[in-house]
Amino acid sequence: MAATQLEPILAGRNLVKRYGRVTALDHSDFDLYPGEVLAVIGDNGAGKSSLIKALTGAAPPDTGEVYLAGQKVDFKNPMDGRMAGIETVYQNLAVSPSLDIADNLFLGRELRKPGFLGKWLKMLDHKEMERIAREKLSELGLLTIQTIRQPVESLSGGQRQAVAVARAAAFGSKVVIMDEPTAALGVKESRRVLDLIKDVRNRGMPVVLISHNMPHVWEVADRIHVHRLGKRHAVIKPDTHTMSEGVAIMTGAMDPNDHPAGAYATPKGVAV
Amino acid sequence: MASDNFEAVAARATGPVASFEQKQLSFLEKLQRFLHHYPTAAPTFVLIIAILGFYIAAGPRFLSPFNLSLILQQITVVGIIGVAQTLVILTAGIDLSVGAIMVLSSVVMGRMAIHWGVPAVFAIMLGFMVGFICGYINGFLITRFRLPPFITTLGTLNIFLALNLWYSKSESIRSQDIDAQAPFLKFLGYQFEIWGASLTLGTVTMLLLFVFMWYMLKYTAWGRHIYATGDDPQAAQLAGIDTNKVLLSVYVVAGLICALAAWASIGRVGSVSPNAGQLENLDSITAVVIGGTSLFGGRGAIMGTLIGALVVGVFRNGLALAGVEVLWQQFAIGLLIIIAVATDQWIRRA
Repeated sequence: MAATQLEPILAGRNLVKRYGRVTALDHSDFDLYPGEVLAVIGDNGAGKSSLIKALTGAAPPDTGEVYLAGQKVDFKNPMDGRMAGIETVYQNLAVSPSLDIADNLFLGRELRKPGFLGKWLKMLDHKEMERIAREKLSELGLLTIQTIRQPVESLSGGQRQAVAVARAAAFGSKVVIMDEPTAALGVKESRRVLDLIKDVRNRGMPVVLISHNMPHVWEVADRIHVHRLGKRHAVIKPDTHTMSEGVAIMTGAMDPNDHPAGAYATPKGVAV
Repeated sequence: MASDNFEAVAARATGPVASFEQKQLSFLEKLQRFLHHYPTAAPTFVLIIAILGFYIAAGPRFLSPFNLSLILQQITVVGIIGVAQTLVILTAGIDLSVGAIMVLSSVVMGRMAIHWGVPAVFAIMLGFMVGFICGYINGFLITRFRLPPFITTLGTLNIFLALNLWYSKSESIRSQDIDAQAPFLKFLGYQFEIWGASLTLGTVTMLLLFVFMWYMLKYTAWGRHIYATGDDPQAAQLAGIDTNKVLLSVYVVAGLICALAAWASIGRVGSVSPNAGQLENLDSITAVVIGGTSLFGGRGAIMGTLIGALVVGVFRNGLALAGVEVLWQQFAIGLLIIIAVATDQWIRRA
């Protein structure tokens, strides 16, 4: 990475979100740099989900700013975030079981046929959508899935997850966010998804990974954002911190400033 | 790095952890999968068997073009309403008020044209407006207040029927009066002969409506969104679909289709009666269910409803021709509904 990429692709500043008397986000910051996998870890209730929702527009923050590629953005709902190029893979997958793979990939952004058929008869271009779906899936090495016209409910959990990841990778033009993508999967299927995450990153797309699974985080993440008590407590790196140190920081058993690597790890290529 | 590499152990596993593909499928499992892919296959099969059965039982009279076209005429109104009901059921909803909307708009069409002297074309447009408003009320209550469709439309069913009795003063409009003052109201009742079959414009309208909705469901984004909304509303929302907008549009379109059914029913019956159409809701649900559309939403096909309506029509007509009492016709329809729902449950497990 060149030293010119100083600017975060997605950033949050002083984000505050209150639900009644509960403060879910307490002046939290967030920085995702181009080309990296940033993991977000934190105990239950630390505010990880609120942070992500504030960034994607699913639950806009009360105060604070969100910047996408340096531009201040004001997402009111998840659609705004998506239109701006942020794709999210949700824990519950968000695929439609009885629709087929191609339909699911293009759900909510279907392609219409060119000319009269598309404009006046609103006819969908099934062939083109199938072609692109096939292309996207083979790019990610997923064409073990027999046919693109197979209903999603006939797929295994890992294959469904792959469809959801493929959808995000295919349409996320700037950032892909994955919320617990391996939580419901077996060992082998998790492996498949972790490889997918690396693939997506290697193709240049920055990824935010929310996970409770420390071995997975330590394997794929470039940097790890540790969330604690509603704010960014530390940013650490898998090669400077061990898993136990990470958990100690996350739970408050260790002050991140006491660690020789410090409490804020800069991304590759960023001058301190 | 992970110190204990547990995944290396998993990589040495001898076979797949869980496999779904290699297993030899039994005949029943193959059938289950086939029906899962082609939900209209089962009702089509039943229709063919029924036609063959009645041909044997009731004789060649049953298969005459005239008799077959008579069946088509008999299912015209329930077929049109079945289209509306299919859309609603695909979204995992149900519309009990379809018959009431139909009667209310037919009464408005009739009274406007006959008692108020409104030109028939405008009277019909007013009837469509009533259908639109009724559908909008259903959709609004269901999306805005998150009321269950079953209860909502049970409520509006009663409200629409009460309005219908109030507005019509419980008076029917006689066929002669329509002929004399607004014959256009009966336009869809116009009959013509083709190859010995006798069809009405209403029947042709019904068939065209089925083709139109088949296209809409299969080839437009709106259609795919209806399936997605009924299948898993949360997933649909996360995929960026405004499910409330989809639901509202479905109930509005259903209301409009009911108004079309109202116009067709004036053509078919000849007169306008505020007491007609009370059972159209249940009859349309019957056609949808026998046609293989799942009451749980997201699964089914519009052409199945046409076949479902035909199955009911063929059973009624065939049993009547074979001299079976009306009560046994009803018995047979009831049996069919239960078989259809049981089949659906079985298919859903595939």
